Amino acid sequence: MTLNIKYFASIREALNSDGEVFTGAATTVAQLKTALSNLSPAHAAALAHSRLCVAVNQQMVKHDAAVKGGDEVAFFPPVTGG
Amino acid sequence: MIHIAVQTSDIDLNAEYAALRSVSTHVGGIATFLGVMRDVNDVAGNTAQVNTLTLEHYPVMTEKSLHAIAQQAQTRFDLHAVRVVHRVGTFTPTDAIVWVGVAASHRQAAFDGCAYVMDYLKTQAPFWKKETTPQGARWVDARDSDTAAQQRWN
Repeated sequence: MTLNIKYFASIREALNSDGEVFTGAATTVAQLKTALSNLSPAHAAALAHSRLCVAVNQQMVKHDAAVKGGDEVAFFPPVTGG
Repeated sequence: MIHIAVQTSDIDLNAEYAALRSVSTHVGGIATFLGVMRDVNDVAGNTAQVNTLTLEHYPVMTEKSLHAIAQQAQTRFDLHAVRVVHRVGTFTPTDAIVWVGVAASHRQAAFDGCAYVMDYLKTQAPFWKKETTPQGARWVDARDSDTAAQQRWN
């Protein structure tokens, strides 16, 4: 399966990347996070953020949410707009 | 009527206000909120000077999220109109960052609807602030008080 991964704010900065294409197996956000964390020590450190937020197809979800091929999955810190 | 805009340019307050005034002859009250950049921020109990503020966002999700929040407010408070304008880019003190305006039949719905939109925007809409201070640049941390403000509507 292929997922379109996006990173924002401090997560983007820590990875020096605004996203990547993930190819591998994952059926939940938590599994995807583990697989991405295994890519590099920088991934592991960035995604270990204690209040990491996730959106699947532009909708904020919990870490046990399902993911499927073609989804856009974004990782970011808690939002601070307004 | 819902109107959402995410833009780099300044907010045309007169045009936004006029749009709310003209939405319906049933409108009896309008409440608005303007968020502006301030030159100080409290971190761990210490007040620090802030020189510039940069706002980044998640295009597409930002608009979807703001639209959903506006829709919830419109339904819950029976609003005639909800307008949200949020800027992105780099700002200096006194710059306008966000504007929310709602039109209702009566004042309480207008006050509540406006506060509701801002409370949800602060905790749900994907914007992030990075500020520069004399000590360097830093990402602004989310505040527990903002989460509490949102949860009061549950």
